[in-house]
Amino acid sequence: MKQQPISNSGGVAEADEKLMKVQAAISQFKMIQGALIPVLHEIQDIYGYLPEPVLQIVSAELHLPMSEIYGVASFYHFFSLTPKGENVVHVCLGTACYIKGAQGVLDRLSTELKVPVQGTTEDNKFTLEATRCLGACGLAPVMTIGEKVHGRLVPNNIPKILKEYN
Amino acid sequence: MKLLTDLDAIRTLTQGRLDNRKITGESPDSIRFRSVMVCGGTGCTSSDSNQIIAKLNQEIAGHGIQEQVEVVRTGCFGLCELGPVVIVYPEGIFYSRVEVQDIPKLVEAHLLHGKPYEKKIYEKTKQDGETLNFEETEFYKKQVRIALHNCGVIDPENIDEYIGSDGYQALGKVLKTMGRQEVIDTIKQSGLRGRGGGGFNTGLKWEFAAKQDKKQKYVICNADEGDPGAFMDRSILEGNPHSVIEAMAIAGYAIGSSQGFIYVRAEYPIAVQRFVKALAQAREYGLLGDNILGTGFCFNIDVRLGAGAFVCGEETALIHSVEGHRGMPTPKPPFPAVQGLWEQPTIINNVETLANVAQIILKGAAWYAGIGTEKSKGTKVFALGGKVVNTGLVEVPMGITLREVIFEIGGGIPGGKKFKAVQTGGPSGGCLTEEHLDCSIDFDTLTSLGSMMGSGGMIIMDEDTCMVDVARFYLDFTRDESCGKCTPCRIGTKRLLELLDKITEGKGSMEDLEKLENLSVQIKNASLCALGQTAPNPVLSTIKYFREEYMAHIVDKKCPAGVCKSLISYQIDSDLCRGCSLCAKKCPTDAISGEMKEPFVIDTAVCIKCGVCFDVCKFKAVAIV
Repeated sequence: MKQQPISNSGGVAEADEKLMKVQAAISQFKMIQGALIPVLHEIQDIYGYLPEPVLQIVSAELHLPMSEIYGVASFYHFFSLTPKGENVVHVCLGTACYIKGAQGVLDRLSTELKVPVQGTTEDNKFTLEATRCLGACGLAPVMTIGEKVHGRLVPNNIPKILKEYN
Repeated sequence: MKLLTDLDAIRTLTQGRLDNRKITGESPDSIRFRSVMVCGGTGCTSSDSNQIIAKLNQEIAGHGIQEQVEVVRTGCFGLCELGPVVIVYPEGIFYSRVEVQDIPKLVEAHLLHGKPYEKKIYEKTKQDGETLNFEETEFYKKQVRIALHNCGVIDPENIDEYIGSDGYQALGKVLKTMGRQEVIDTIKQSGLRGRGGGGFNTGLKWEFAAKQDKKQKYVICNADEGDPGAFMDRSILEGNPHSVIEAMAIAGYAIGSSQGFIYVRAEYPIAVQRFVKALAQAREYGLLGDNILGTGFCFNIDVRLGAGAFVCGEETALIHSVEGHRGMPTPKPPFPAVQGLWEQPTIINNVETLANVAQIILKGAAWYAGIGTEKSKGTKVFALGGKVVNTGLVEVPMGITLREVIFEIGGGIPGGKKFKAVQTGGPSGGCLTEEHLDCSIDFDTLTSLGSMMGSGGMIIMDEDTCMVDVARFYLDFTRDESCGKCTPCRIGTKRLLELLDKITEGKGSMEDLEKLENLSVQIKNASLCALGQTAPNPVLSTIKYFREEYMAHIVDKKCPAGVCKSLISYQIDSDLCRGCSLCAKKCPTDAISGEMKEPFVIDTAVCIKCGVCFDVCKFKAVAIV
């Protein structure tokens, strides 16, 4: 099955390499019951989101209609159908962080980045997301940018932290 | 494949090492060996505990004292507020908020010269010029660690250390000496109830599944910890993963199943990675797989990652998710114990529930039943969070009072503020007030007060928390997490949220308050699953106990706690303002203007009420009105 390259991937070689990883993931899980969600996890890992052309491959290989795949992919918060920015900012809106002022942190990020929650900046540098408990309640309020955790935040910290990524 | 005698040999070998990790009270001069325990839980890892371990090892090697010191990365010590935490045995010295640059001095002072490094010793362990061991602090004194028993003591990535602390002995005992019904009876008699929220008798659940005459049955561990603000399951998986594996195998034997699944949140990378590693080690030792311990019993465990859906904490929804579908609940009966995963009998137990099982088998049902209250046995782990001094994880006997947990273990409210409410049970629970502080914490008392035990989140709120806003926060959560299958929950939670939005924006009427109450009751009665049935709890409990706050929003158009933005504005008190211009510099919308050394003013038309001016003013000149 031939597919067109997928948005925001690198060169042809990189795109091919990613598709090979997808094929490997599909073969790994194909034989187990309930393969769809593990396969979607792998694809999200590879691309950072679930590109439609790749889901077409999944549909053919797992013999599942696209409607069902879309149903599952859109049900779970963890899966995204649109590409994300270079740095994904997750602001924890768990209860412990909320009580300690996480909403103010989120609002300030939204003002500074000039995007709404779930939006991606024009230069594709940042995607702003609100998330459920990250489990670092001792550091509340908390946000993560990529892998890095920033804790004990007040809105005024935000401009300085964002500068580290520019 | 290992046999029980092999496990005994490993235990003898590693026990000596584990014995070093105890407080002995020896005089510092006679100490020959020290164990440095560094917390490797998610909280402390976020604040660089891995770099601290690397630096410790480097410094220790530099001084050539590797033979006299061991460095161990453990699971959570519980006191996350003070992370990263380092504990040194045998003195039991507790270091808090350790930074990488502290390590050279800490190693030199404490590990080389035997003198604890004063600068980072936890303040509360210092008393009259002496340093107490951490177990004597208020935070640890009243705790009883059963589910968390190896967390902070063993290296979770080393199966030998788990075996050294009696790990897999319970599995050996069950397979070699106990019949299936005997195992079920033991768990039933212990009184263990499900820790995920429901509180159903665990042994009874196992018995239902055991009685089904089917060839294939399943054991599922529910590690999809969805309550925002609860992290006990994650800490157990990170700190003592083998206890869950062992318990799943015991459950498999009891009900006659050979296949288990753990359904764990993908948002918990460290927990997933440690659990997967533990699975590989257990397989390598033949503690999972075919012919376990030479007894002919076969059991395997596979991992399934959750994908961020709160409703998947509900048993039938979780099952559909493991099957690869949208996680939507189906009506019960049939209960999963009769017809569950792929229509086969299935038991679903929460992580914390399972973490108790091996201990009950080893120490007996009577021992466990001797802890707690008449109907709620054993201990419960709580994640203390919000406006409390000691944020972290605590395990306490059932029946302890809220006051003991919040004010003694938790250290009370920070900043001299006044306690207002405690929220238990997460989005399904309710808010309790000062008058409930002396109530016992157990399943039935909490439910009778309009809250619930839930999975163990315990969020403390002070006078600066608006209870209407809290109710709105939880409804925003449940509305977002409603799977959409049944109408009362899908539309009902949205309508509740709209009413709460209206009230927090100062547009509410007394009629809206009545609507809130009526609609809440209807949603509770008519929803398909526990998500909808409990979603109105935060609304009902806040109306019940904090009605005057709702009235203030509706009648006076005021938010007494100063939280709801539409009902507050910021003003600068010209008598207090010194004209330093700091607020004007920090204001993100340039709403503040004035001359240096003269009082500044806020243009309320431009102000977005972010509160930055309030936070930065050194003269308390900015007021919320």
